[in-house]
Amino acid sequence: MNKQEIDARFVSIRREAERRAEHRKREAIPTIYIVMSTCGLASGAAETKHAFEEALSHKGIQARIVPVGCLGHCYAEPLVVIDHPASGFPPICYHQVSAGRARVLVGSYLEEGDPVLEYVLGAMERSDLIPSVMDFPRFSLEQRLVMEHCGHIDPDDIYQYIALGGYSALARVLASEPAEIIHLIETSGLRGRGGAGFPTGRKWSLARASETGGNIAICNADEGDPGAYVDRTILESNPHQLLEGLAICAYAVGATQAIVYVRAEYPLAVQTVKRAIRSAKELSLLGPGILGTPFDLEVSVFEGSGAFVCGEETALIRSIEGRRGMPQHRPPYPVEKGLWGRPTVVNNVKTLSSLPSIVQKGGSWFRAIGTASSPGTAVFSVVGNVRHPGLVEIAMGTSLRTLIFDVCGGIPNKKSFKAVQIGGPSGGCLPESFLDTPIDFDSLRQAGAMMGSGGMVVMDEDSCMVDVARYFLDFTQKESCGKCTFCRIGTRHLLNILDRITKGDGRKEDVELLATLSEDIKNGSLCGLGKTAPNPVLTSLRFFLDEYEAHIKEKRCPALKCRSLTAYYIDLEKCARGCEVCVGCCPVEAIFTTRGRKKGIDQKLCVKCGECLVACPREYDAVVKVSPPGLAPIIERPPDEEKSVGGQG
Amino acid sequence: MENSASELSSVERAMVQDIAAMLPAFERHRGNLIPILQAIQERHSYLSGAAMKMVAKHLGIGPGEVYGVATFYNQFRFQPPGRHRIKVCLGTACHVAGGEIILENFERKLSIKDGETTADREYSVERVVCVGCCALAPVALLDDDVLGRMLPSKVEGLFVQFEIERQRQEREKVARESGEQARD
Repeated sequence: MNKQEIDARFVSIRREAERRAEHRKREAIPTIYIVMSTCGLASGAAETKHAFEEALSHKGIQARIVPVGCLGHCYAEPLVVIDHPASGFPPICYHQVSAGRARVLVGSYLEEGDPVLEYVLGAMERSDLIPSVMDFPRFSLEQRLVMEHCGHIDPDDIYQYIALGGYSALARVLASEPAEIIHLIETSGLRGRGGAGFPTGRKWSLARASETGGNIAICNADEGDPGAYVDRTILESNPHQLLEGLAICAYAVGATQAIVYVRAEYPLAVQTVKRAIRSAKELSLLGPGILGTPFDLEVSVFEGSGAFVCGEETALIRSIEGRRGMPQHRPPYPVEKGLWGRPTVVNNVKTLSSLPSIVQKGGSWFRAIGTASSPGTAVFSVVGNVRHPGLVEIAMGTSLRTLIFDVCGGIPNKKSFKAVQIGGPSGGCLPESFLDTPIDFDSLRQAGAMMGSGGMVVMDEDSCMVDVARYFLDFTQKESCGKCTFCRIGTRHLLNILDRITKGDGRKEDVELLATLSEDIKNGSLCGLGKTAPNPVLTSLRFFLDEYEAHIKEKRCPALKCRSLTAYYIDLEKCARGCEVCVGCCPVEAIFTTRGRKKGIDQKLCVKCGECLVACPREYDAVVKVSPPGLAPIIERPPDEEKSVGGQG
Repeated sequence: MENSASELSSVERAMVQDIAAMLPAFERHRGNLIPILQAIQERHSYLSGAAMKMVAKHLGIGPGEVYGVATFYNQFRFQPPGRHRIKVCLGTACHVAGGEIILENFERKLSIKDGETTADREYSVERVVCVGCCALAPVALLDDDVLGRMLPSKVEGLFVQFEIERQRQEREKVARESGEQARD
C-alpha cells in the first residue's frame, strides 16, 4: 500500500467533511452551540437547550442547535456560543445562560439583532464591535493543544473533527514505517501524562522490541483522583482526537487490539466514546484494513468499576482480566508481558490526544513548547477557592502563580492564599513560598508534589492543612488494595493518628510518628499508590508544622475547620431581640431563647454545621466561631417553664 | 409483613430468571466476569448472593472468586438501593466546601448511615468520590439530578418538598379511589 493510495482514500473522506462544513456555512442561519458535557448538564444546560428549542419554534425562527463538549470554563456554565452571521456580529460567547436568558437571547438577538451585552462573556473572534474573549487572561494565557477543539465541535459528528484536520495524522502515519513514528515521538520528548512522566517513545520502542504479532494498546482513562476531571472532559468533548492518537500508537507498537479503559462512573464519556468508535469504523478509520491498508485495529471500551488503584497499569490489566485490581511486580513490564500475557502499551488520554498534532507539526515544534525536560502542555482541573475554576491547559514551565492568580483569577472573597494541592491523593500541598515553581514533572517532584493526573485544588486561609491531609489519607486508606502490609496497615495508622489530632486528642510524639511511618510506607509499598500515599502528610508536615502543633499542643484549629476543636456562640451584645432567623435554620434545634429574648446555642446539641453563621443577618453579625471550643462563653438554656413565661411576655 | 416477604421472594425469583436468560449471551471467558456483573447490576441495581453464584457457575469458577472480585470494586452493591438514591459528593473540592456536613444532615434526617437504605426502601444515602462538578461544590445527587451549592437548610427544604409531594400523591390516590367507588 503506497502513500498515494492511502492519501486518495483519505482525501475523499476529507472532501466530504469539507463539503458538509461548507454546506452549513452557506445555509446562513444562526447556530447555537450549547455546552452539554457533564458539568454543563449539572448547571442546567439541558433546560437551556429546551428553552432555546421552545422559543425558536414559538417565534418561528430558523436556527441550528449544536450540542458541543466542554470549553473548560466551569465558572460560567451553562455556556452558549451564538453564531448569527446575518447580524454582523462575530460569534458571541454567553455565560450562565439559564432558561430565562435563553428566551431573552432568542427574542432580542435572533429576532431583533440586539446581542444583549450584559450576558456576553466575549466574542469568539476579534472584531471592533465586542471585546474578544482573547482579551481575558483566562483565555489568552492558555495554550491549547490537547483541548484545542474541545467545546468547538459536536463530539458525535466525526466530520466536524475531520474538517478541522482530524485523522490526517493517522493517514500520514499509515504511509510510514512504525520505526519512523517511534523515532518521531522520541525526538518530540513527549512524556506520559498519567503522572509519572515516563518517555512515551521509549515505552513504545520497548513494546515494539518484544512484539509477538499481537500487541495490545490500552488507553488509560481510569481517572480516579477526587477533584480531577480532565480525561472525562476530553472523552466527552473530542473523543476522535483520542481515538486517532490510539490508532497511531497501535500502528507504531504493532498492536491489533486496542482498549479504552473508562470509569463506569462516567456514563456520558462511555457512551460518547462508544459512538465515536462506531462512526470511525464506518469510515474505515478504525477496524479491519484501515484506509485500505493491511493494518487492522479492533477497538473496544472496557468500563472500569471504580478502584483508584486501577490507574496503575498492572492493576488495570488485572481488572480487564476479570480479577481483583492488584498491582503486580515489575519486571516483567507490561510492554513485555501484559494483558493475557501479550506485550501491552498503556498510555494516558492526554498522552494519546497529544499525538495527532505532533505527527502533523513535527517533533521539534512540540519540543519548542514547554521546557527542555518536559515539552508540551499540561492540563489541570483547577478547583477550590479560585475565581475562575475549570480546565486549564498551559505550556509546561508556567509558574503556579501565573496559573492560579492570572489565569484563574486568584482567590475570591478577599481571602488570602494558603496552599495549593497538586496531584490529588498522591501529590502534595505547596505553600505560598512555592508559587514561583514552574509546572513541569521534575520541578513539582522536587518540591514534594507531583504532576499526577491533573487535579489542582487551591485553598484559602479557611482551609485546615491537617484536615486536608486527613481527607486524602481517608481516601487512600480506603483505596489501598491490601497487597502490601505497609500500605494496608500503615495508611490505616496514619489516618488514625490524623483523626485523633483533628479531634483534639493528638499526642506530642505524633508528629515524629507521622514522619517515620510515612517514610516506611513509601519504602515498603510496591506500587505508586502506596509510594505516594504519604505525600499529603509529608508536605503538610514540612510546610505547615505550626498547624499540627496548634492542634496537638493548644487543641486549637487555626483555620477554624476541625469541628471537634471549634464552637459557635452568639454574641449577646450583637444579637437582636426577637430575631428568629437562626432558630429557623438550625437543623438540630440547638438554638434557644435566653431570658433577655436573645438567642443562645446549646453546645451539647450543636453539630457545628455553620448554618446560623450564614443565616444571621449581616447587620447583626452576632454568631461567632472560635477555637478552641473553651473560648465560647457558656449561656445556660432557661428552664422550660421560664421560657414559656418569656414567650408570653 | 408476611405479604411483603413473599412479594420480595417473587421479585427475587423474577431476577434469577432474568439473569439466567441473559447469561448465555456472554462467552464463558474469565475476562467477561466484570462486564457480566455490571450488566446484572445495570438491570437489577444490585448483586444478590444468588446472582453471584449463577455467574460463578456460568464461568466455571468458585463463587468466592466472584465475590472477591465484586467486593474489590466500589461500583458493586450488595444491598438493593432505595427508590430514591441520594449521593453526596466528597471529592476534594466538596470536602473543602463542607460536603461532610451535608452528608451528616442526610444521615440525621433519614436516621441511616452512609451506604444504608431506609427500612421502607424509599431512600438510600451513599458517598461518592467526585462527580466532576467541582465548581458547584458542595454537590449532592438526588437520583440523576445534580444539586449544586448545597447547604444544610437545602437538605431540610428537600425533605419538606418530598413530604408535600407524598401528601399530594396520597390525596390524588384517595380522590381517584373515591371517584372509582362513585362510578361503581
